[in-house]
Amino acid sequence: MNLLSLLLLPLLTAVVLLPLKKEVVIKGIALTGSAFQLFLTLFLYSTYRSERNNGNLQQFLFQEQYNWFPSFGISFHTGVDGISIAMLLLTSFVALAGILVSWNIQKMTKEFYLLLLLLSAGAYGFFISLNLIVLFFFLEIAVIPKYLLIIIWGSGKNVYSANKLAILLIGASALIFVGLTGLYFSLPPAVRSFDLITLSQLQIPSELQRWTFPLLFTGFGIFSALFPFHTWVPDGHSSAPTAGSMFLAGISMKLGGYGCLRIATYLLPDGAKEYANIILILATIAILYGAFATMLQEDLKYINAYSSISHCGFVLLGIGMLTKAAMSGAVMQMVSHGLMTALFFAVIGMIYERTHTRMVSEMGGLMKVTPFITTTFILAGLCSLGLPGLSGFVAEMKIFSGSWQNTGWMHRTLTILSCASIVITAVYILRAIGQTVMGPLKDASYRSFKDASWNEKTAALLLISGILAIGIAPYWLQELIEPGVEVMRLKMGIN
Amino acid sequence: MTTPGLYHILTISTALFFIGIYGFLTRRNLITLLMCIELILNSVNLNFIAFNKYLWPEKLDGLFFTLFSIAIAAAEAAVAIAIIIHLYRNHHSVDVESAEELKY
Amino acid sequence: MPQASILLIPLLPLIGFLVPALGGKTIFKKQTGWFATFLLAVSTALACSTAWNYFFSYGKENGIYQKHFPFHTTWLQLTDTLSIDMGILLDPISALMIVVVCIVSLMVHLYSLGYMKHEERYAMYFAYLGLFTFSMLGLVLSSNLFQIYMFWELVGVSSYLLIGFYFERPKAVAAAKKAFIVTRFADLGFLIGILALSYQAESLDFVTLLERLTQPNSTYLTQATTSSFLGISSITWGCLLLFMGGAGKSALFPLHIWLPDAMEGPTPVSALIHAATMVVAGVFLIARMFPLYALGAPEVLDIVAYTGAFTALFAALIACTQTDIKRVLAYSTMSQIGFMIFALGVSGYGGTAGLGYSASLFHLFTHALFKAMLFLGAGSIIHFVHSNELKDMGGLRKSLPVTHLTFLIGCLALSGIPPFSGFFSKEGILLAAYQQKPFFYGIGLFTSLLTAFYMFRLYFSVFWNKPQQNTDRIAGDGGLTITLPLLILAAGTCVSGFIPFGQLVSSDGIPFSSSLHLGFAVLPVLLAIAGISLAFLFYQKDNLRAAYWSEKLKGFYKTTYHKFYIDECYMYVTQKIFFNLIGKSAAWIDRNIVDGLLSKTGSGTQVLAEKIKSFQSGKLQSYTTWYLIGIIVLIGLFTFFIH
Repeated sequence: MNLLSLLLLPLLTAVVLLPLKKEVVIKGIALTGSAFQLFLTLFLYSTYRSERNNGNLQQFLFQEQYNWFPSFGISFHTGVDGISIAMLLLTSFVALAGILVSWNIQKMTKEFYLLLLLLSAGAYGFFISLNLIVLFFFLEIAVIPKYLLIIIWGSGKNVYSANKLAILLIGASALIFVGLTGLYFSLPPAVRSFDLITLSQLQIPSELQRWTFPLLFTGFGIFSALFPFHTWVPDGHSSAPTAGSMFLAGISMKLGGYGCLRIATYLLPDGAKEYANIILILATIAILYGAFATMLQEDLKYINAYSSISHCGFVLLGIGMLTKAAMSGAVMQMVSHGLMTALFFAVIGMIYERTHTRMVSEMGGLMKVTPFITTTFILAGLCSLGLPGLSGFVAEMKIFSGSWQNTGWMHRTLTILSCASIVITAVYILRAIGQTVMGPLKDASYRSFKDASWNEKTAALLLISGILAIGIAPYWLQELIEPGVEVMRLKMGIN
Repeated sequence: MTTPGLYHILTISTALFFIGIYGFLTRRNLITLLMCIELILNSVNLNFIAFNKYLWPEKLDGLFFTLFSIAIAAAEAAVAIAIIIHLYRNHHSVDVESAEELKY
Repeated sequence: MPQASILLIPLLPLIGFLVPALGGKTIFKKQTGWFATFLLAVSTALACSTAWNYFFSYGKENGIYQKHFPFHTTWLQLTDTLSIDMGILLDPISALMIVVVCIVSLMVHLYSLGYMKHEERYAMYFAYLGLFTFSMLGLVLSSNLFQIYMFWELVGVSSYLLIGFYFERPKAVAAAKKAFIVTRFADLGFLIGILALSYQAESLDFVTLLERLTQPNSTYLTQATTSSFLGISSITWGCLLLFMGGAGKSALFPLHIWLPDAMEGPTPVSALIHAATMVVAGVFLIARMFPLYALGAPEVLDIVAYTGAFTALFAALIACTQTDIKRVLAYSTMSQIGFMIFALGVSGYGGTAGLGYSASLFHLFTHALFKAMLFLGAGSIIHFVHSNELKDMGGLRKSLPVTHLTFLIGCLALSGIPPFSGFFSKEGILLAAYQQKPFFYGIGLFTSLLTAFYMFRLYFSVFWNKPQQNTDRIAGDGGLTITLPLLILAAGTCVSGFIPFGQLVSSDGIPFSSSLHLGFAVLPVLLAIAGISLAFLFYQKDNLRAAYWSEKLKGFYKTTYHKFYIDECYMYVTQKIFFNLIGKSAAWIDRNIVDGLLSKTGSGTQVLAEKIKSFQSGKLQSYTTWYLIGIIVLIGLFTFFIH
């Protein structure tokens, strides 16, 4: 199957939207486009499975290569392995759900959907690229729409947050760019390349890895809320419109994690080993500190944003642990957190549309009036605190057991500390649930609330189905991810 | 009295050049500034001619370049005076200090 | 041989959860309860037949009970050696537990049919009960350490949902939250214990893990005992942390604080979860891992014994002063679990030395039956007087005849009066303690005295004390669905003591016969009768003796009444330290220091720009001057420094 179709479909949908005027048609087309996209990724998954079952052992499947800027070794090279397919599936689930929940958007509908489609196109392009510059190009494409989404449709301190987000992420891109070009030009001219596969077969000198790895890892890490560059996360998420937060937390933060794993760690294994301890310490700080900072937040979006910092810390922790189980746990955590946090933001959006507040202290007793929404909220919360049967548990346990394979005292201590976050997570999640969903009905006007409408229900069920599919039967995801991680493991010579 | 050598002429052109610079930096009147620029240009022209005559007498490049720069200077003066006139219309002054909108 | 149909035992209650939860409540409406009860009845029948067949037909080989794995599949491969498996392990204790869980759950279902009839969320109530029963059955049938952890969490969440069933009451919400968080904290220990043990044994499977870590000369065991952390060996850490998990669920001191508050849930739920099944999960866990404790880490077993004994005594003391009927029962549950735990702690492995093990599980079994009955009875009483407080009760024996009778049987059983079941199991525990560690025998005796006292304090306060009330309302017992479970459980309490338990459950699977020493039984029974008499004197008639003595022991009484201020200590730690000190400062640091630094970088750039921009003055001549200076500097550089 041609991977370009994944990229072209959202762009094509966007182009079709351009001349249209009627809102219903615009929404309908955007919805159809993303639904098709979902089918396309599912189809990709099934063809991938059958290829693998037929004994295709290539690392990347469905490769295509088009020349773009040959003198610098830049070509449009696409291909996927299990890890990218997992991320593509996540993207298409979140994108469709995001488009569904923003059904009632009032202002500049067409532009809103255009930006959402563009953002998802950026993410699709990012995950299928095998050329570093092309990948970087798509990373940038995914940043700009976010800025516009926040600044035009956002609420609260949206200008401040949009600026902060854009500046930090573009700063991160600058680090990545310096790292990539530095890597390219420091290699002998004969072997210079931006191609992922070519680079992965090179023996990149340790000296070079020593300074390019921190650049690349920090750059991608900022996208995935690396401490102490995480402060764009709470502001950005809380100011963005619902679908914006879903895309931001569900997709963009995963671009960072994927980059850390696929580019920084895979291409520069010596660098990864050298800096692993620092990564682990930063990740553990992010996990605990994010969790503690969540405990007393009042705004639901801030609660989820800080908990995202904590959960994304697990991704970095898994990568930094450098064992097979921990690294595949990190990928699972990306998928799981993407679905879970998108669900969370979707529900928060639904609650906000009804109560017109996001402050937990101003709500109460919603269970009585909106059972579907509150059940979804509780489910998202339980997934976040790692209840077995939901996706969070699988990912976290995989990371913990992988982490425990490292025997050094520092690894042990950090593992135990990050395990402790399951208790703190329970504290803040139950606090949020207890105050908003349970308790006596806060206001008599709540009785007039309608439960979720069809679009909200579909979006929630879509994400819940993903969470349950991973939580109840994790082996399919495991089978998808593990070979990709295995390749990295072999390259690094670790277990 | 001997005929003036290269160094004499260079001395004069240097003097001319710095007179021009000094005028350019100290005067307030734009017309005067324009005249100072002409002085600077002419000092350069003088250099061209002098080098041509004393170092490569068999060539004409210096002369041509001088002619070229006189032509340019004429065009430049025309444009500059046009600008100054417009400035005067807007500001009722040809003081260089009054034309500082393009700051920051 | 066991059939895969055992799978149906946990799966039927799961259906009972899924159908109403996925919208079936609109189909079944008020029939949801009957639907769930029917499913559970099938489960119970299957469980009983499985247990019967296991114990009496295929379980024994060469006189030893074998472990069977009727179902086994890999759920998630964690690392190359470790995997979370979903399997069923059938051995004496799991066969025993499925019977206990199913029977008590069925009784609670039956009882709830009548008791919860008028609840608005009737269907969801049964759905949650189904979820709980499924998780609990999954827990006891687990064949893998991680599997038990998963179901452990699931019972935790179903307990959360059920305690918070009346979600409109802030107290219920707080109690649910407290229960979940305290047990979660304990589960943290459990999880780390699992990681530590499984890393050493390179297996998560119970049988393999136990075998590898208990064979005296296996390399795994040497590895586990020599590798140490903070001077304590891995295996000790692992066992200790597992016990921490068990202590949280079983409400052992100091992790007991959630259990009394959990009584905010509906009373049948308290009977099922917080008296008979979930809270004994800790006992089950230790029993499951018992060979490891007894052979690998005997020092941890001592800690287990001390914790259990202390909890038994401590909770019994508190139970004497509480005035809420459910809280008295809750503390009594804690105390009895303390008994089971210290019985495990004093037990040895194999043969008659393992009497403590058998007695502990025997007590678990008998206690589940009569404590569930007591709670259900308490439910009827509360329903009748619309209050939990003892002062609102009294003289109810004519109004609630069936409840009165069954409650009395329960109290007698709990106090250890023959021929009720509690007598036999408690005798076993005391005998084991007497034989192994006499210190615990002393504590056990004293606690028995207290037990008899507080149970009969409860009994007399509820049913005698004041003159008859409401004589016109004779039918206070409720319908058949309410009285039937009480009667069935009462019958069970009367006969279950005669089961030759050592023949069925023993630490190493080899049956042994434990004979009852009549002479040994005299002292405990006398003490129990003394306790009952004391309660009779104080509470049978409305008199001032109790008040007089509580006034005499004022300081001690007050401390006990306030549960030794443990809650307050925890509140202080969580509120002051975790929330205010760490939580607030983390949020503050994030906003002001980490983010502040970032913002400072931004505003620093702005200040710099503000400074630099004055160069752009718009003054032609200053530009030229700077230009000139620049040129001169460059010329100077090129002439003098760069050749």
